[in-house]
Amino acid sequence: MKLIQNILRKIKPTFEEGGRLHTLYPAYDAFETFLFVPNHTSQTGTHIKDSVDLKRTMVIVIIALLPCLLFGMWNIGYQYHSQLINIPGQDVESVYTMWDHFFFGFWKFLPLILVSYIVGLSVEFAFAVNRKHQVNEGYLVTGMLIPLIMPIDVPLWMLALAVVFAVVIGKEVFGGTGMNILNPALTARAFIFFAYPTKMSGDKVWVHSADKIDGVSGETALGQLASLINIDPTNTDVINKISQFSTDGIYSLHNSFLGIIPGSVGETSVIAIMIGAVILLFTGIGSFRIMASMFFGGLFMAYIFNWVAPDTNLFMSLNPIHQLFIGGFLFGMVFMATDPVSATQTNQGKIIYGFLCGVLSILIRVFNPAYPEGVMVAILFMNVMAPLIDHYVIQANINRRLKRLKV
Amino acid sequence: MEVKISRGADIKLKGSADRVYANVPNSELYAVKPIDFHLLTPKMVVKVGDSVSAGDILFYDKNCPSVKFTTPVSGHIFDIVRGEKRKILEVLIKAEQDIRYKNFPKRNLSELNREQIVEDLLVSGLWPLIRQRPFATIANPEETPKSIFISAFDSSPLAPDNDFIFHGDDVLFQLGLDIVTQLCDGTTHLNLDGNSNPAKVFAGAKGVQINHIFGPHPSGNVGVQVHHIDPINKGDIVWYLSPQDIITIARFFKDGKYDASKIIALTGPRVKKPRYYRVIQGVSIKPMIQDNVLEGPKRFISGNVLTGREIKDDGYVGFYDFQVSVITEGHYSEFLGWLLPGFHKYSLSRTFFSWLSSKREYDLDSNNHGEERAYVITGQYEMYMPIDVFPVQLVKAILIEDIELMEQLGIYEVDSEDFALCEYACTSKIPVQSIIRRGLDLIKKECS
Repeated sequence: MKLIQNILRKIKPTFEEGGRLHTLYPAYDAFETFLFVPNHTSQTGTHIKDSVDLKRTMVIVIIALLPCLLFGMWNIGYQYHSQLINIPGQDVESVYTMWDHFFFGFWKFLPLILVSYIVGLSVEFAFAVNRKHQVNEGYLVTGMLIPLIMPIDVPLWMLALAVVFAVVIGKEVFGGTGMNILNPALTARAFIFFAYPTKMSGDKVWVHSADKIDGVSGETALGQLASLINIDPTNTDVINKISQFSTDGIYSLHNSFLGIIPGSVGETSVIAIMIGAVILLFTGIGSFRIMASMFFGGLFMAYIFNWVAPDTNLFMSLNPIHQLFIGGFLFGMVFMATDPVSATQTNQGKIIYGFLCGVLSILIRVFNPAYPEGVMVAILFMNVMAPLIDHYVIQANINRRLKRLKV
Repeated sequence: MEVKISRGADIKLKGSADRVYANVPNSELYAVKPIDFHLLTPKMVVKVGDSVSAGDILFYDKNCPSVKFTTPVSGHIFDIVRGEKRKILEVLIKAEQDIRYKNFPKRNLSELNREQIVEDLLVSGLWPLIRQRPFATIANPEETPKSIFISAFDSSPLAPDNDFIFHGDDVLFQLGLDIVTQLCDGTTHLNLDGNSNPAKVFAGAKGVQINHIFGPHPSGNVGVQVHHIDPINKGDIVWYLSPQDIITIARFFKDGKYDASKIIALTGPRVKKPRYYRVIQGVSIKPMIQDNVLEGPKRFISGNVLTGREIKDDGYVGFYDFQVSVITEGHYSEFLGWLLPGFHKYSLSRTFFSWLSSKREYDLDSNNHGEERAYVITGQYEMYMPIDVFPVQLVKAILIEDIELMEQLGIYEVDSEDFALCEYACTSKIPVQSIIRRGLDLIKKECS
C-alpha cells in the first residue's frame, strides 16, 4: 500500500500543471482516486460528510448485478449443452456438470465484458481528457449492463460499435454522467436492434452457435409467443408450441422463474434479478417507487389483455405473472428503469413513470410482434417523457405555493 | 399546535456534553465578528487602542445605521483583523478583570411600548440577536413581522440541552417573552421538542403559542417550524430568536446594562470532557480546550458540525453560536475505501455494513469521503427535507441564477441550514449550503 502510494506520488508531477503528460491528468486522477479515496476535507458547509460516494453507489449496483451475471454464465453453458444432447432419453445433467456449464459460459461471456469495459472506458477517458474534467463512475455500471442485455453470439465489433454509440450519443453529447436523457445501456441495445436486427432477433442468436447446430429451438419465449398471435388452435404445430408454455414445457412458469430458458445473458432468471432487487432496495440505491409501480403497471396491462383476449391469441391470454417473468421485463424494471439519471427525479413522478413503463412494455410486446422485447422501447420512450412528467409534478408544487399566497 | 416531521435524521456523533458546568479562567481576548452577520457591511466607530465599556458601540451597519454592534466586555480595542480586500473579520477586545458596564436608562417594565423596546435594543447592540426569514439576516427595525418564532430546542448533532441550561430561569425567561411578544402584532410561537418532556420554563410560558414539534433533526430548525406553522409567502417577514437571547434581552431591561453572558457547550469526539461553560459573548475557546482535547489533527468549529464555522484553536465563539464542536481533521487517503465492507463507516444509507450496529456513536471526521460529482442519485435530498420544496430543482434554479424560478420553488422559505442534512448525505458531494446562500444573496442584491 505504501509502495503504491509512493509510486503514485513519484509519477504525479508528470501529470500536474507543467508536467509532460499534463493533458492526461484526468486519466491519472481517475486511477489515483480509484485506488485511494482522496484526502480532501470539507471546505464549505457541513464539516462532516457521509461515507457514501458515487464509487460506492456504483459498486453496490455491480454487486446487485452479480447474481444475474453468474447465473447468465451458467445458463449460456446449459443452453448450449442441452442443444448438443439430442438423443431422446439422455439427460444433459448426466453428461455435463454444473461447472462445465459455468466455465463454458464464463469463457464465452468474458470477451463481451472486456470489450464493453475497454471500449467504453476508453471513450470516457478520451472525453474526460478532452474536456478536462474528472472521469465519472457512471460507466462502471453501464459497462456491465450492456453485455448482460446482449445475445451471447453478438459479434464483438458490433458490441464495440454499440458501446461507442451509447457512450457518445447516449451520454457524452449531453454532457456526460448525470446529464444524459436516455439510458446508455438500452441505447446500446437499441442500436444493435435497429442497425443489425438479424443479430438481435430470430431463433438463432440466443443460444451459442445455434445457427451451426441442426434442429435447435433457440427461440426466446417472447419470440415464440409472437408467432402465436393469430393461431388456428387445431393445428398440431401450434399445439406443440403452446405446450411449451404449459407446466412441463421449456418456457414453463417454473423454468422462467429459475431462468433456464434462452434469452439475453442476464435477463432470464427471476431469482437472480430478485436478489439484485433486494440489494438495491435495502441499500436504498434503487427506487422502490419505480420498481413497484412498474411491476403493477405491467401486471395491470397483462390482466387487461387477459380479460379481452380472443382464443386465437396466446400472447394476450398468457397468465399475467408468467407474462412478467419472461423476456427482459423484470431485468428492465430492476436495473434499467431505475437508472436515476434518465428516470423521473421527483417522488410522485417516479410512480407515474414506473407505471407507464410497465403498461407500455406489455402493450408494445403484445401489439407489435416485430418488437417482442417491448421493455427496451418502453423504457427509452419513458426516458424521453420523464422531464415532462417532472415538469408537471414541480408545477403542482409551484401552484400550491401560489394558492397559499392568495388565501 | 403539533407538528410531526418524518423526513430527517439524527446523526450519531460521539461527544455530547455532560450535564455539568466546568470552570475555566476568563478569556483574555474577546471578539465581535462582522462575518457572523450575513451581508453586513460594518462601519467602524472605534480604533485600535480605544478604551471601551461593555455596551459601547464598536461598529454599525453601513446600510442600516441604526443597527449597532457593541462590545460584550470592557477594556481596550486590541486589534481589528482584516482579510482580503481589507474586509473586517474580527474586532478584538482585551478584557479587564472586572467588567465596567455602560449605563442604559432603566425602564418601567409595565409601561414599555414597542417603539421604546426597539430603540433600546438598537442602542444597546442587542438588536442583532433578532433575525428574520427570508434571508436569515438581522431583522430590519423599520419593518413589523407577521409572527415571531422561538425554537426552544436545538436538534442538530450534539446540540446543547436547553432544558438543562434554563433550569431555574423561569421568571427571567417569561420577562423576556413579555418584552419580545410586543415586537409584533401577530403570534409569538414557542416551539418545544415533542420527543421529550419539555422543562417547566418552556412548557409553562405564557403569552405565546406553544407548539410541539415531533421528529428527527432538522425539527429544531426554525425554518422547518415556520414552514409547518405559519409559512412564508413572498413579501412576508418572520422574526426569530434563540431562547438564550430572550434571557439576554430580559436581563438588559431589568438591570439597564448589556450583560452578554451566555452558556455554551463544548462538544465533539475529540474533547476529553465535553461540558457546559458560562461565558461571555465572543469568548475565545483557548482556555476551554486547554488540556481538554485529544491528540492528533483537529478541527475546531464554532457551532455544530453541520452548519458551524471553522475557527482556529484560539478562535472565538460566533455571535449566534451556543456550541463549540471539535472533530478530527480527516486529512488521510484510504486504500480502496469505496470497496471495503465498511463495518465502521457511518452512513445514513445502508451501503456500508455499519447498519449492523445501529446504536453505535461515531467519531466522525472532516474527510469528504469522495469527490464532487454531477447529480446522479435522485430522491436523496427529499429524505432529509421536511419542507415542501423540491431541493435539487431549487439548487439547479440557483445555479442558473433564475430568480423567478427560485421564488416559485420556494426559496423564501429556506435558509442554508435547512439543507445541511442534504449536504451531509449527498452522494455527489455538492456544496449545497453555499449554493443556497448564494441564491439568497443574489435575490437580496437584485431586490434592494
